[in-house]
Amino acid sequence: MADCVARPAVSPQGIDTTDRRHSALIRITHWINTASFLMLLVSGVAILLAQPALFWGETGFFGDPSLINLPLGQNEAQTSWGRSLHFLGGWIWIINGGIYILSGLVTRHFQKDFLPERNQIALTTVREILSNQSLFRKSSIEEFYTYNLVQRLAYLTAAFLLAPLTIASGLAMSPGLVAVMPGLVEAFGGYQSAHTVHFFAMGLLVVFFVVHVAMVTLRGFLPRMRGMVSGRIAS
Amino acid sequence: MQLTRRKLIKSGLLASALACGGGIAAVLAKRYGLVPPDSGGLYGLGETLTYASQRILFSHQSLAREFSHNQISTNFPGFGTVMPDYQPYFFSMVEGFKDWRLVIDGLLAKRLMLSLSDIKQLPSRTQITEHICEEGWSAIAEWTGVPLSNVLNVAGIRPEARYVLFACVDGHWGSIDMADALHPQTLLAYRMNGQDLSVAHGAPVRLRVERQLGYKSLKYIARIRVVDSLKAIGKGLGGSDPEAGYSWYAGI
Repeated sequence: MADCVARPAVSPQGIDTTDRRHSALIRITHWINTASFLMLLVSGVAILLAQPALFWGETGFFGDPSLINLPLGQNEAQTSWGRSLHFLGGWIWIINGGIYILSGLVTRHFQKDFLPERNQIALTTVREILSNQSLFRKSSIEEFYTYNLVQRLAYLTAAFLLAPLTIASGLAMSPGLVAVMPGLVEAFGGYQSAHTVHFFAMGLLVVFFVVHVAMVTLRGFLPRMRGMVSGRIAS
Repeated sequence: MQLTRRKLIKSGLLASALACGGGIAAVLAKRYGLVPPDSGGLYGLGETLTYASQRILFSHQSLAREFSHNQISTNFPGFGTVMPDYQPYFFSMVEGFKDWRLVIDGLLAKRLMLSLSDIKQLPSRTQITEHICEEGWSAIAEWTGVPLSNVLNVAGIRPEARYVLFACVDGHWGSIDMADALHPQTLLAYRMNGQDLSVAHGAPVRLRVERQLGYKSLKYIARIRVVDSLKAIGKGLGGSDPEAGYSWYAGI
């Protein structure tokens, strides 16, 4: 190892690359979130296959006017394990997500790292970020250590809009909970509406998930994976 | 990765606190009857968390939503069994269930044997509720029946009672806890939308458990038994649906 040259701790841009990009709490909750999200996704599809049709309003059954008939083969045999896995995943997702959100609020992680900075907010910024030249190139060192406007908006939307919406619409389908809080299902316009909202909010979270994984892969897979595993971007 | 002594002590303390907390929670859950019969296995943790949290957070008497007449569904499917494959049932059906008798026993002061007309003479309740199927469909109907609590109270519930078991003509069986058994909307229903219950919907008497999914509202009730434990019955999971992999508690 004689030829091993010590890496400069401080990059030319003045970023200390030995710093941990993400705290241990964020790294742990990130991977628990990934695992439980995949549990929810797989089991959610298993449940959906029993009735691949979406309705609006309070009630709905095959033959009633539906909003959308999904092009999926009907399979009623997957709901038993599907439901059990879904709610196990749901418990893990909600508790883990709650810890993440609470700690992020306490440490002001969201305000510091995710609320767009005033000088970032411009349509031209968005256009520039999404242009072909910058979208598909490898990130610069600084870009590994901060979030651009589009990333910030995407993360905030997923964490503070889509996740709460899937949870609320999911709980609105619980006959036990709704007996205590009828307003929850009424806010969605009925049980079947809540089911439909749950589907679309989940769909948007899946879009987020796919784009997230694609961008991590395109813009520097290994540094970002290191950043979310050991915490250090630099190898 | 640096493992300082301080860090080690801190994580050690956190781990023991979590283990202690988990242990205390498990003991308390057992003590207060918050552990469902299907608490073992791969999904047991989720089943227990759902059952325990709903039983702790929700008042036992909170009512499921009720609807108005104009919301009653015209399209309400008969699901699962729609005609029990059992000769004595068929003969009884042809005779308008005149010879049908419901035996209710177990941890009660006295054993009951009720005919359909006995049941219809007990104080009844009519409710318009939504049947939510675990498959995703839902439909609204008006149900008339005798609240199960009326029947059990007539027989006198012994203090050890924890679950009510139901055996059905079609081979299904299931159970609910006392919170649901004594819930005012839990009915032995014999009328649907103002007419005698049809065979497809579980004639002559079916169960309605309005704060749980549809599969808990068993059809073709043949026998009721009050017990203190579900362990010795079948695989100990509390019903044929749980034995087929479905959650025993279906409040979500």
